[in-house]
Amino acid sequence: MVTAEPDSNETLVRFEGVERHYRMGENLVRALDGVDLEIRRGEYWSIMGRSGSGKSTLLNVLGCLDRPTGGRYLLGGTDVGGLEDDELSSIRGLRIGFIFQSFNLIPQLTVLENLEVPLFYQRVSPREAAERAVYFAGKVGLEGRLHHKPNELSGGQQQRVAIARAMMNDPLILLADEATGNLDSNTETEILALLDELHEEGKTIVMVTHAEKVAARAERMLVLKDGRVEKVVENPGRGPARC
Amino acid sequence: MLNTTWIRTIKLGFKSLMLHKLRSALTALGILFGVSSVIAMLSIGEGASFEAQEKIKALGSNNILLESRKPPEKENQQSQGTSFSAQEYGLTYDDAIAIAETLPAVEVVVPIRSIPKRVRFGSRVVNAQVMGTVPTFAAVTGTRLAHGRFLSRVDLERKRNVAVLGAELARKLFPLTDPIGKPIRIGAESFRVIGELAPPGGANDASASATATGAVFVPLSAARSFFGELTVKVSSGSREFERVQLHRIQVRVDDPGNVLDTSTALRALMRKRHKEIDYAVEVPLELLRRAEEIKRTFNIVLGSIAGISLLVGGIGIMNVMLATVTERTREIGIRRALGARRGHIVAQFLVETVVLSCLGGLLGILLGIAIPGLVEYWTSQKTIVRPVFAALAFGISAGVGIVFGLYPAWRAAQMDPVEALRHE
Ligand SMILES: Nc1ncnc2c1ncn2[C@@H]1O[C@H](COP(=O)(O)OP(=O)(O)OP(=O)(O)O)[C@@H](O)[C@H]1O
Ligand SMILES: [Mg+2]
Repeated sequence: MVTAEPDSNETLVRFEGVERHYRMGENLVRALDGVDLEIRRGEYWSIMGRSGSGKSTLLNVLGCLDRPTGGRYLLGGTDVGGLEDDELSSIRGLRIGFIFQSFNLIPQLTVLENLEVPLFYQRVSPREAAERAVYFAGKVGLEGRLHHKPNELSGGQQQRVAIARAMMNDPLILLADEATGNLDSNTETEILALLDELHEEGKTIVMVTHAEKVAARAERMLVLKDGRVEKVVENPGRGPARC
Repeated sequence: MLNTTWIRTIKLGFKSLMLHKLRSALTALGILFGVSSVIAMLSIGEGASFEAQEKIKALGSNNILLESRKPPEKENQQSQGTSFSAQEYGLTYDDAIAIAETLPAVEVVVPIRSIPKRVRFGSRVVNAQVMGTVPTFAAVTGTRLAHGRFLSRVDLERKRNVAVLGAELARKLFPLTDPIGKPIRIGAESFRVIGELAPPGGANDASASATATGAVFVPLSAARSFFGELTVKVSSGSREFERVQLHRIQVRVDDPGNVLDTSTALRALMRKRHKEIDYAVEVPLELLRRAEEIKRTFNIVLGSIAGISLLVGGIGIMNVMLATVTERTREIGIRRALGARRGHIVAQFLVETVVLSCLGGLLGILLGIAIPGLVEYWTSQKTIVRPVFAALAFGISAGVGIVFGLYPAWRAAQMDPVEALRHE
C-alpha cells in the first residue's frame, strides 16, 4: 500500500535502473533497459522517442499496469516491485489516472456511468460517485452530455470524458499516452489546454507524444531511445532541444 | 457496503445481458429446457410410482397372501398317466392351523376355498366363484357391505347354508329385487342370501370387494361339506380332477414392522410342510419395497437424462461466456487500469452467468410445472409435482451457472491488463 501522503515538492516517482524485458523465444526484447528517473510532485513531463523506443512501456510501468523485470520503482516511497496483483490494482484505483490515445471508454455505458467506473471499485458511495462525475463532466465542459453513449460523442468530447474519468479518483499522477494522437489540431489544442489547466491546479502529469509542439508544453522532456534515456531537456518550449 | 457492491454488480450483469437480448435468451433456453425436463421427469416418475404404491397398499401392507399353485411337474404326469386319479396339491387346512399356531406375529389367518359353480335364482343362472371362507375375511380384506351382514361364527360352526353376494353377482341375479333373505341354489344345494357387498369404489379401488364383485361367499365349513374337495376341470375334451383343500390363505400380521420377518418364517414353515412348491407367497409390503426400488432406478435414469440436458445447457453458457470475455477484452483492460481487482472481474462475469442461468431456471420451473399438467390432461397418467423438484432444479441451474461461469470469469481475470488494453 502507498504510505503517507507525500509533501509538496517531494519525490513522487523514482526509477532506479528499471528494466522491462520480454522474452520472445530465443530473443530478449529490452523494452526498457536501465531507466533512471525522478519525478517530483506537480511536475509536467513529456516523453518522446521513436516508435518502439519504449514510451508506452515506461508509462505502463509508471502506472503500475506492468511490473518491471529489473531495477527498482518507488512510488511515493513504496517499492512497487514487491506488490501483489491486488495491491497494484488498489494503487491504480487510488493514485493513478490514465488517459489513452484511443480514449478507451466503455461503449455500452453512458458518460456518467463511464465516469463512475473508477469509484465503483473504491469505497465510495454511489451518490458521492455520481456527484463527482457531474462535477468533473462540468469541468471538461460536458455537463450536457451526461447520458450520451461514447459513440454519440466526437473524438475530442470522448477524450474530455477520458480526462474527467482520470480525475475522478484525484490521482497523484496523471498519465497520458499520445492523448491527442487521434485528434485534429484544433481539438488537440483544446485538450492540451485542459491538461495545462490541471497542471496549474497542481496535478503531476506525464505525457507521451510524438509531436515536438506538444512536448514543448511540458516542463521537462524525456527522450527515449531503445529503452534507454537518451536525454532530459529542461523547459523544452524555450528553445531547441540540446543535450 | 458489501451489499450495495453486489447489487451494483448484479445490475451491471443485467445490463450487459440486455445488450445482447437474443444471445442471452438463446443461452438461457438451454438451461430452461434442462430444468423443465428435470422437473417434468421427476413429476411423471413420482406420479407413476404413487399409483403403483396405492394399488399395493390397498392389498394391505399388514397382509401376506398364500395361493395354491399347480406345480409344473404334475402337469406332465397327468398328461401321460392315469387319467382318473385326482391330482392333489396346494394349501391345506393344516397349513392354515400351523401358520396361526407357530408364527407369533400372525394375528388372523383367513382360509379361502374357491370353487366355480352355477348360481341360480328362479330362472336366472350365473357362473360364479364360490368362496368358502371365515367371518374374519371381511375385516382382513377390507370388504364392505351394501346390505345385510357378512358370515358369522355361528354360520361357520353350524355349517349354515347362507351366502353373501358380490355386487355384480347380486345385480345379475336380482336386477330388480332386494336379494336379502331370498333362496338361491349354488350347484345342487340351497342357500339363503344374508348380505350383499358394496360395489368397488372407483377405477383405483384395488380392495378385495373390487376383485370379489362376481363371487358368492359361503361359510368354509358349508362349502366343505356340500361341495367336497374334488373339483372337475373340463379342458379341451379331457377331464381333469383336482383335489385342493384351500385355494388361498390370507394372513394378517399384527404390525407392518413384523411383516418381512414373518414372511421369511412363513416361507420356511411352508418349505418344511410341502415337498413341492405347490403354492405361492405374495407379500404386498415386499412388492411395495420393490416398487420403491424400481422408482429409485427410474429416478436415476431420468435424472441422468435431465442432468445431461443441463450439462449441455451449461456448456452452451460457457461457450457464450468465453466468446463474451474475448469480445470484451478491451473493457476488462480498461476496468483493470481503473483499479478493478481480479476478484471484481470474476464477480462481474460470474454474476452474468448466474443471472442468465437463474433466469433460465425460473422460466424452466414454470415450463417444468406446465408439462406434467399437460401430460396428465392428455394421457391421464398421474403426475405429482413436488416443491422439492422445483427447488432442486433451481439449485442445479444456479450451480450450473457458477460451475460453467467460473472458467470464463477466471480467464477474464487472468488477462494481463496491458495486453487486454491493446486488444482490438
Ligand atoms: N508484450 C510484448 N511482448 C514483446 N515485446 C513487446 C511487448 N510489448 C512491447 N514490446 C516491445 O517493446 C518495445 C517497446 O514498445 P512500446 O510499445 O513501449 O513502444 P512505444 O515507444 O510506445 O512505440 P509507439 O510510439 O509505436 O507507441 C517494442 O520493441 C515492442 O516491440
Ligand atoms: Mg506507444
